[in-house]
Amino acid sequence: MTSYLLDTLKSRFPEAVLETHAFRGDETALIKKEALLQAAAFLRQELGFDMLMDLTAADYLPREPRFELVCHFYSTTHNYRLRLKCPVEAHDAAVDSLTPLWAGANWFEREVYDMFGIKFNGHPDLRRILMYDGFEGHPLRKDYPLKKRQPRMLHKD
Amino acid sequence: MGLETALGHSFLTTRLDEAVNWGRKYSFFQYPFVTACCGMEYMSTFASTYDISRFGAEYPRFSPRQADVLFVVGTVNEKLAPVLKRVYDQMCEPKWVVSFGVCATSGGFYDNYATVQGIDKIIPVDIYIPGCPPRPEAVLDALIKLQEKVGRESVLDRKYR
Amino acid sequence: MTEKKTAEPGKTPDLEKLEDGRLVLNMGPSHPAMHGIVRLLLTVEGERVVGSDIEIGYLHRGFEKTCETITYNQCVPYTDRLNYVSPFINNVGYALAVEKLMGVETTARCKYVRVIMSELSRLTDHLTCIGANAMELAAFTVYFYLINAREELYKLTDSVAGGRITPAYTRVGGLTRDLPADFKRDTAEVFKKVRKNISDADKLLTRNRIFYDRLHGTGHISKEDALALSFTGPALRSTGVPLDVRKATPYLVYDRFDFDIPVGSNGDNYDRYLVRLEEMKQSMRIVEQALAQLPDGPINHPDFNVSLPPKAEVYGNIEALMAHFKLTFEGVKPPKGEVYQAVEGGNGEVGFYIVSDGTGRPWRVRLRPPCFPLTGGLSKMIQGGYLADIISTFGQINMIGGELER
Repeated sequence: MTSYLLDTLKSRFPEAVLETHAFRGDETALIKKEALLQAAAFLRQELGFDMLMDLTAADYLPREPRFELVCHFYSTTHNYRLRLKCPVEAHDAAVDSLTPLWAGANWFEREVYDMFGIKFNGHPDLRRILMYDGFEGHPLRKDYPLKKRQPRMLHKD
Repeated sequence: MGLETALGHSFLTTRLDEAVNWGRKYSFFQYPFVTACCGMEYMSTFASTYDISRFGAEYPRFSPRQADVLFVVGTVNEKLAPVLKRVYDQMCEPKWVVSFGVCATSGGFYDNYATVQGIDKIIPVDIYIPGCPPRPEAVLDALIKLQEKVGRESVLDRKYR
Repeated sequence: MTEKKTAEPGKTPDLEKLEDGRLVLNMGPSHPAMHGIVRLLLTVEGERVVGSDIEIGYLHRGFEKTCETITYNQCVPYTDRLNYVSPFINNVGYALAVEKLMGVETTARCKYVRVIMSELSRLTDHLTCIGANAMELAAFTVYFYLINAREELYKLTDSVAGGRITPAYTRVGGLTRDLPADFKRDTAEVFKKVRKNISDADKLLTRNRIFYDRLHGTGHISKEDALALSFTGPALRSTGVPLDVRKATPYLVYDRFDFDIPVGSNGDNYDRYLVRLEEMKQSMRIVEQALAQLPDGPINHPDFNVSLPPKAEVYGNIEALMAHFKLTFEGVKPPKGEVYQAVEGGNGEVGFYIVSDGTGRPWRVRLRPPCFPLTGGLSKMIQGGYLADIISTFGQINMIGGELER
């Protein structure tokens, strides 16, 4: 299956695009994390993707690279969607922040940092957002037990 | 009748507890600590269809200092727990706590790293309302139950809480 | 942000005098004029807000983590409690995402019923939003009018799904039950009352001097900023961008109805209010058209690997019995892969990103919460405005804790 978007992306970043697919019609490109910011800038400036719809991550624990950063882009002018994914290694969990391109990436990235522990280089204010200070670990990592509580105050039984 | 007949309409005799409790139970000032889904049913309960003011719990007070019943409406998580405790501590005696819905009661079906498994681990609770969320009828029932409970109390009890 | 050190939760002094005559004011987490628990740390200069830091997370309930440990259908009740003001939309969005992952399409009747229930949810959402906002601005009567309308709608959803607020109505490949026999008649009656209530509220609010002054021009956001901040829904449409998932990428059968997408022009609270008011009327239009077109037929997917077989089959047919057993214990098993499915929620685009590893439990469920970027952009919207304007702005972004923090 050929897709204009994925082909353009592949021809623009032949080195960085690792894999593309369109499972169930969702056009997806797997891209090296070093090229994420450039690719996103290309999408925004030249392909008309003016919205960062969502930014999240997923943990594929036994696998290496362990994490995947998942960004969904949307273009209001052309009405199409694209998903970019970056493999992120556990020992070097840091990605370039998208905040210079979309101000809305700020909170999404804070949430990914909070939940997965992936750091964002160049983020203006990277700190926990849903959990509290003093919380250890990152709850959405697969090796964080579902019921491991870290109370902020003493509980009665 | 006894004394009243002898002395005219100037006074009546009763027990102190009864008089005080009568005043207390029909003029609850609630502090709605609304966090989650149950808040929608709380809104329904105090709007005109179900009209909680028929039972004397007319108006929510959003200052803990002015409230006597704390309605904990919805899930309380670990991050919020100290806030709830602080609100409770700021309320003046006598005070009662209603745990509204299963999340406040036991954590409900949220049994994970984030949620407190019932607010009774943090503050004492007088009435639990089951339901996810409870229907307004259940809330009114709970309010009546609380009134009955208050009616059985003695002014001397409060210091033992 | 003028004052970074105020951001530390737990250690923050509630009221702190700064050197240059500015104050740090703590608003929330439990504040009378804000439905929902969010904490605003405001730096104020007199009545002007010069900086703000918004702290959320007081209703984080581990939805995404929990979903990884249960079967696909068991996730449905959790989705109710995301945006609890419009539960059906979450149900539908989740079911559509899983169906997309499995590559199945539901029956025609099921699609229509899903549309009808989604639009009823949109009505309850907007009624609650406007009602609560009006109450916070001291228009108590309007609150009662709109909550009465919502009460009628709850009776309707109660009769359909057996629950007022948390219906858990959809299943992968279908619904829990069909519409009741008198549904059309009941809806017509309910809509009569709802229309009356909405028109009353319209008369009381729209041209009301106080209400207008408090909403008009406050919480302003430009079109460019709204797009960059990932705004969707009424907040984006109030700036003039006609983005609505129902029109842009029609799902279910939204392409078969005639309805309009109201847009604003100023991007302020008043436009957001007007957009919501008009959307309610459009929702009722959609429901009426859907009821007129509603086809007969089954509501569940015929494949027993997708939805539960009917009870009569289960008791009389060994294959159906086995399918029932397998579906209940192991759940549906979508192939390996990932999908993103967007639906138009009350506050904007509700997107479910689901990753399957081929087993009966999702590997990762992610909800794109529409009010997450809105709350993130609140700082920008209240910047430079008066302290009192926060109430109307916060009310009009319609923050729903369950969805925001999941």
